[in-house]
Amino acid sequence: MSMDRRKFLKIAGISSVLGLGASVAQATHNIWSKGLGPDQVAQNSKALKAKHWAMVIDMSKFRTDADFRKVADACHHIHNVPNFKTPDGKVDIKNEIKWIWKETYEHAFPQQENPYMEESLKEKPFLVLCNHCENPACVRVCPTKATFKRQDDGIVMMDMHRCIGCRFCMAACPYGARSFNWTDPRPAIDPRFENREYPTRTKGVVEKCTFCTERLAVGKMPACVEAAPKGGMFFGDLENHNSEVRKIVKTRLTVRRKPELGTGPSVYYLIGGKDHA
Amino acid sequence: MLEKALVGSKKYWMWVSFLGTLILVGLFNYLRQFSYGLGITGLGRDVSWGLYIGQFTFLVGVAASAVMLVIPYYLHDFKKFGKIVILGEFLAVAAVIMCQLFIFVDMGQPMRVLNVMLHPTPNSVMFWDFLVLTGYLVLNIVIGWVTIGSDRKGVPPPKWIKPFIYLSIPWAVSIHTVTAFLFAGLPGRHFWLSAIMAARFLASAFAAGPSLLIILALIVRKTTKFDPGKEPIQAIGKIVAYAMFANVFFLGLEFFTAFYSQIPGHMESFIYLYKGLEGHTELVPLMRLSSVLAVVSLGMLLFPGIRKREGLLAFAAVALFISLWIDKGFGLIIGGFVPNMLNQVRTYWPTVTEGLIALGVWSVGFFVLTVLYKVAVGVREETAGVEIEH
Repeated sequence: MSMDRRKFLKIAGISSVLGLGASVAQATHNIWSKGLGPDQVAQNSKALKAKHWAMVIDMSKFRTDADFRKVADACHHIHNVPNFKTPDGKVDIKNEIKWIWKETYEHAFPQQENPYMEESLKEKPFLVLCNHCENPACVRVCPTKATFKRQDDGIVMMDMHRCIGCRFCMAACPYGARSFNWTDPRPAIDPRFENREYPTRTKGVVEKCTFCTERLAVGKMPACVEAAPKGGMFFGDLENHNSEVRKIVKTRLTVRRKPELGTGPSVYYLIGGKDHA
Repeated sequence: MLEKALVGSKKYWMWVSFLGTLILVGLFNYLRQFSYGLGITGLGRDVSWGLYIGQFTFLVGVAASAVMLVIPYYLHDFKKFGKIVILGEFLAVAAVIMCQLFIFVDMGQPMRVLNVMLHPTPNSVMFWDFLVLTGYLVLNIVIGWVTIGSDRKGVPPPKWIKPFIYLSIPWAVSIHTVTAFLFAGLPGRHFWLSAIMAARFLASAFAAGPSLLIILALIVRKTTKFDPGKEPIQAIGKIVAYAMFANVFFLGLEFFTAFYSQIPGHMESFIYLYKGLEGHTELVPLMRLSSVLAVVSLGMLLFPGIRKREGLLAFAAVALFISLWIDKGFGLIIGGFVPNMLNQVRTYWPTVTEGLIALGVWSVGFFVLTVLYKVAVGVREETAGVEIEH
């Protein structure tokens, strides 16, 4: 078969366009077709389940600085939360990443203090963390659904691989519970405490407490609850009438941070806790 | 038509290479940010948006302000704007490009920007902002290019462009309303949580954008053979005066609500910005300068005798632009973050790198503006004296 130059170029052109088209189709097919869905993955039979995970914290059980440190360290070590320091060894408050930390009363509950309060009361330490709100502002504003509320148990989660780092969620969270990776966090992770079973993050994404979804999935309580002094932290299903958290919230005086904003925090603070919570 | 941007005087090329140098400096610094992360800026855990988002917010206003020429010309048949409405449309193009670049340089994971489209999320205002800004950019490129192309040929623009022009009017309002909603709907940020925010955004936009146009029109007259005309510039001056009056009034409303109600959360950001809070007074000189410039420029604009003298009008326009640039491009954003959600005062100041990146983005905008204006002016010079009905 003889073929002139013009015809050859025509055929070559058409076939390369088709080839390109096919590879684009192949690539987009991978994006659009569904990968492995959650229903295809067997659940651990020991997994802890709830309709609405919630936490009650009894601050009266936290007596020493070490009690607070133990809880925060347990969380931060297990989740490879970096520990950014300034050159002179202080906490680098600009780059700081924290999931659960100690905050004074006047900062945890702004505008609640009164002028006659003793300094010791104003500065009374409280544990603060993501409130896993019933109506989370962070989820509402996220442009990519990188932060989302799990329909089955109410946990507000992060997809670190989808986050574009716009920090809209940080502007929206009324509790300052979100941290951004201003630079690569890995060098700031203390190698002594690195947890190889939990991912580290990359620069440019937002992170926060996840109520230890990875531990709940294998039947363990959140790391902070385990590390807390006896009776200091309760974790359970608020929808379940018989759960401990439900009973406390029902019968005891508890407060939540900034309830007037309508976010519906799932972290409650027990007031005037006694020995039996 | 683009070929008109390829020929120019020595001064033109000097200006273009000046912008090119700044763009390269910005790009180099952006690459440093890209590799290190946003920690290279002054931003931090507590003030997590700053200069970039401020510039973005301010420039959305500049972009939207093109409508202040489009409405009189196309809806009220105010013929005097015929020759310069293109300057407004092309300014909008340059401004939107800057907006998008400022969003881009503010992203922690810029390579994932398309996630906004891959996972569309209608409950996020940012998703809508992305949509309306892109739409507005396309609208203004198409409208500007088609109308100036027809002018060049000496024929009226095709009829099909009219619906797009009318659509651009509500669209302009939408881009700035949506941008205000980024801020005005966040629980706990008292400084932003204000129903007047979108209205105030529009008012300040319709003051800042047209005052930039006055300056640009005067520069065009000085550097080219195209004269935008005395009367259109005066008319824009009037628009600026009205809009600035509304803006100052709206800001006054914010002050009233905060300080008459005496609610600490509502007052604290204002106190931080204008007086200093807990010993932190970083922004006070800037904010006070903004207030002084606002009063001076508004005072000058309100008196026709002053406004009619072009030199003084230009001075007022520059003062007003700087005033609103400080107020909206900086103070408004930082003020929303101080005090933080835990009622602590943690402050922010941009780094040099951050400033150079921002300057680079502005240079890209001015480069685009220069090229587009060169085309528009070239056509105007060719068709000098010919009036074409749009």
